[in-house]
Amino acid sequence: MTENILEVRDLVKHYPVTRGVVFKKTIGHVKAVDGVSFDLRAGETLGVVGESGCGKSTLARVLMNLERPTAGSVHYKGQDISKLSGGALRRLRRQIQLVMQDPYTSLNPRMTVGDLIGEPFEIHPEVAPKGSRRNKVKELLDLVGLNPEHINRYPHQFSGGQRQRIGIARALALRPEIIVCDEPVSALDVSIQAQVMNLLEQLQSEFNLSYVFIAHDLSVVRHLSDRVAVMYLGKIVEVGTEDEIYERPTHPYTQALLSAVPVPDPTVRDNKAIIRLTGDVPSPVSPPSGCRFRTRCWKAQDVCAEQVPLLEIRRGSDHPSACHFAEKREIVATHEA
Amino acid sequence: MSDILVSEQSAAGASGRPAGRLLEVDDLRVEFRTRDGVAKVINGVTYHVDAGETLAVLGESGSGKSVTAQTIMGILDTPPGFVTGGQVRFHGKDMLTMSAEERRRIRGEGIAMIFQDALSALNPVFTVGFQIAEQFRVRRGLGRAEAKKRAIEMLDQVKIPNAKGRFNNYPHQFSGGMRQRAMIAMSLALDPEVLIADEPTTALDVTVQAQIMDLLAELQRERQMGLILITHDLGVVADVADRIAVMYAGRIVEEANVYDLYAKPAHPYTLGLLNSIPRLDEKGQQLRTIKGLPPNLMNIPPGCPFNPRCPMAQPVCREKIPPLLQVGAGRASACHFAEELVNRD
Repeated sequence: MTENILEVRDLVKHYPVTRGVVFKKTIGHVKAVDGVSFDLRAGETLGVVGESGCGKSTLARVLMNLERPTAGSVHYKGQDISKLSGGALRRLRRQIQLVMQDPYTSLNPRMTVGDLIGEPFEIHPEVAPKGSRRNKVKELLDLVGLNPEHINRYPHQFSGGQRQRIGIARALALRPEIIVCDEPVSALDVSIQAQVMNLLEQLQSEFNLSYVFIAHDLSVVRHLSDRVAVMYLGKIVEVGTEDEIYERPTHPYTQALLSAVPVPDPTVRDNKAIIRLTGDVPSPVSPPSGCRFRTRCWKAQDVCAEQVPLLEIRRGSDHPSACHFAEKREIVATHEA
Repeated sequence: MSDILVSEQSAAGASGRPAGRLLEVDDLRVEFRTRDGVAKVINGVTYHVDAGETLAVLGESGSGKSVTAQTIMGILDTPPGFVTGGQVRFHGKDMLTMSAEERRRIRGEGIAMIFQDALSALNPVFTVGFQIAEQFRVRRGLGRAEAKKRAIEMLDQVKIPNAKGRFNNYPHQFSGGMRQRAMIAMSLALDPEVLIADEPTTALDVTVQAQIMDLLAELQRERQMGLILITHDLGVVADVADRIAVMYAGRIVEEANVYDLYAKPAHPYTLGLLNSIPRLDEKGQQLRTIKGLPPNLMNIPPGCPFNPRCPMAQPVCREKIPPLLQVGAGRASACHFAEELVNRD
């Protein structure tokens, strides 16, 4: 049993919705993350999947302490990071770093690659004394597969995949233990995406990193993750090992999501049973009572409107699922076995 | 069984009756003249689509798949984009040499297009209903009330709930999936013979993507439209395409029916793409990637444009551009070693 490096408990993040310009009045809350709990173990990759608006990116921001949670806690090695501030917070930031989705907007166009990757050392000078920084940056460039001689180039001189490598080098600069990846490959082409995924895996085994890997692409998450959490409208609806989620999903939403993934194999297209979900995701300002998925669920009963289903292990299953009627169902896997 | 049927059909399509072709792109060449130099974006693209058929144009960013579509529609930005050669024939007539007025008549009724980002493709200051009804008024000469009735019918056909009530909504009041539906309604309003869908579901979530692709397939069947589906998603292509044209650096590098292409790609680039998809049976292993980057279109390498990244490259690949040649029934590849690829076990 490896130790938990990150323990998240009942994490809640609500954003106020206001009306009026001078006399601002709060008329409601966007419940972006609404009671999320999970553990991250040392050296593992936890995948977080869900559709747009389910709160994945807000979760990343709260984990990074870029936003303070409305309630709940994030413990890093026993220390509640959501309560830290000042020097203590700055020291902790060394351990948790972020790789962002869009390599076109997350790099300052006026800074050279050397400055971009070296910037973390300005904030944490104890990691690398001034004289050694350029060499450190060159090492990092080499590590992520870029030419160290390109240290004086600007971001626009690189392609999308190369920019994402710069983002990864910057996240690695302080030798963190945890890297939160928020959709790191979704802006990239298939062939480049595979290169970046290989890089992430290789770095993980080299530095024993733990990843929180947030993405909407289920096959990418499956390839990289040890465990997977499925989010819907601010809550985790099912969590388990990669096998449990992809082979034996019990939550209707997970099943629908998996069945909708297009399979890159034309021979299965005629005998594939897609579960058609009707309608759109409800507004996170006023989510449905009880189970949040009930408005789109084909199994919904009266109890679903009244009782919030807890994320717990259900009968006939081996992993937690937040559904009153959780059960296995045959679906076509995302790829042939 | 269905396998064999499909390949026979496309074999017949490839050999006979070019007169009946709905839309043909023939050796199209487009370049972008910019301050930094001339980018050769399309270097001899040839493909066609027939009634009731789905042609998927597969390629990564910068491969020229969208620029080809823009040239077909006549919405290429000139300057910087210039057509330097080739033809785009609709019912056998070259659209590139037509008068602007003739071309305008084909748009909408002959060929229509839907775009990736519905929010920026729709006009934010007019209601969705107005934008659809506008076509009936301008092109069909209908009155306001009649046009509105027809527009509501269209919204109904693309399964927008409460179409009547939604008529007066603005684009921002629609969700992403609904906006894409509205755009489909708009493009189909004049009953086109060919529909070009440029990455129609890339901006959407998977569950919504499945809804939209279903809708497109259903409408295509009903109307027997030719559909050109431009995408980079190998999963979507496997689900809906009849034939696939793979593009790389402004060229078609492989064309085949969907079953042949996935079972036995005849070009190393296609093979590389298929290998780059994460697969269940290879979990924990490194993905087999295509090394390197796509070429700079201002400076395309001599010979085969794929040769710097190709694991099979030989000296001949750096000297001669491989033409797109037939390899077996109804399929073609632009690789010097296509035969070897197809005949391997």
